[in-house]
Amino acid sequence: MNGLSVHFEGVSKTYPHFTLDNLSLELPTGTIMGLIGANGAGKSTTIRILMGLVHQDQGRVDVLGREMPREQAAAKLDIGYVSEDMRLYAPATLAWHMKLIRSIYPRWDQPYADTLLRRFDLKSHQKIKGLSHGQRVKAALLLALARRPRLLVLDEPTTGLDPVARQEVLAELMAVLADEDRTILFSSHNTLDVEQISDQITFIDRGRIIASDNKEMFLDRWRRLRLALLPDAVLPSLSGVVEVGGSGRLPVLVTDRFDPAMVSVCNDAGATVQAVDPMTLEEIFVANVHSRREKQSV
Amino acid sequence: MSTVYTQYRNMHSDIVISQSDGRPMYLQIMEQIRQRIAVGDWLPGKEIPSIRELAVMLRVSVITVKRAYLELERDGIIVTQQGKGSMVAPDPGLGAKLYDQELTKHIDRVAQLGELLGLTPRELASRVREAADRMTKEYS
Repeated sequence: MNGLSVHFEGVSKTYPHFTLDNLSLELPTGTIMGLIGANGAGKSTTIRILMGLVHQDQGRVDVLGREMPREQAAAKLDIGYVSEDMRLYAPATLAWHMKLIRSIYPRWDQPYADTLLRRFDLKSHQKIKGLSHGQRVKAALLLALARRPRLLVLDEPTTGLDPVARQEVLAELMAVLADEDRTILFSSHNTLDVEQISDQITFIDRGRIIASDNKEMFLDRWRRLRLALLPDAVLPSLSGVVEVGGSGRLPVLVTDRFDPAMVSVCNDAGATVQAVDPMTLEEIFVANVHSRREKQSV
Repeated sequence: MSTVYTQYRNMHSDIVISQSDGRPMYLQIMEQIRQRIAVGDWLPGKEIPSIRELAVMLRVSVITVKRAYLELERDGIIVTQQGKGSMVAPDPGLGAKLYDQELTKHIDRVAQLGELLGLTPRELASRVREAADRMTKEYS
């Protein structure tokens, strides 16, 4: 199947202290989308609506061609979901959990589960209560992956993991994508993980999507220009500048629509371009949030 | 699925993506593939990993590898056939072309440094000639 695995259209949800506002989102099949936002930005609410755990007040949600929340039972057969607040049954072993899941989901892949046990360095006879945080996360991920779901939804999958476990988890997520019919949506505030493995990136802030695009577009369009103004020169006004910082004679511009022509415009106006720096996803996210919040408060 | 992953991981584990390298990941991938071809590790006509395989192996997004492949294809270094995957372009002059690109890059750098030192183009040219003469002597 090609097309959209997740489709949100004009989705809203109002709580007493938080509103998810008119969210539209498209996730093509075969890709990974990273959802980035500060704590409380609306990432988890978005994911819960996607899973049918929370019902939207307005708007349409389709997941794997099923309308949510109406057809959630059918959709969930093909969705693997791991979230931070999901608890495994502490007195039982991982083997007990595997048996339980296998009895519910016919597509459970035991050889793959065994491979994952080895790769994640987990022991199936160990009780959940004896596992570290990182081992619990990997155990939950194993239980979701071995069902071979067409859509994986992961809420903060790498939070609290040590560097080795993080790399193991990222490698396994990429391995899922070797099959182009599988799709992953994950939320994180670790922008480094998102930058590494995501095809699509969506920034959420204060209940709104402030940007959603493919990663290469983000990284290509955002640049930081470090300038040196000649005496008497004035900073030329450029379109697409979202932030002006630095000191009087040494301004620093941030743009979300970089065009090489900007450099010559600056140079011609006596604002010598010292450097054009690419920005990390983290810097792009922060600059994006700041510029939106400033616009809102004006 | 898992076997493919392991296999390519071993085969091409020499491609390294550095997070602390300031350059975008797609450029790092392009450069390392170029080098592999320039030194003859990847021969003309040789099949190379598909976009998805390389992405899985390097643990970077499909879209990043796709971008690197598209640009390599535009430069005539690899050829991608729909449904058949990608291979090193069969063009026999490829090695020379790559060295030529490399040379252009270094000459630009030489010109930059020359300007910083205040050398005239003539002085710069004579320095390059001296270096070339030294090479010729060493190898003769």
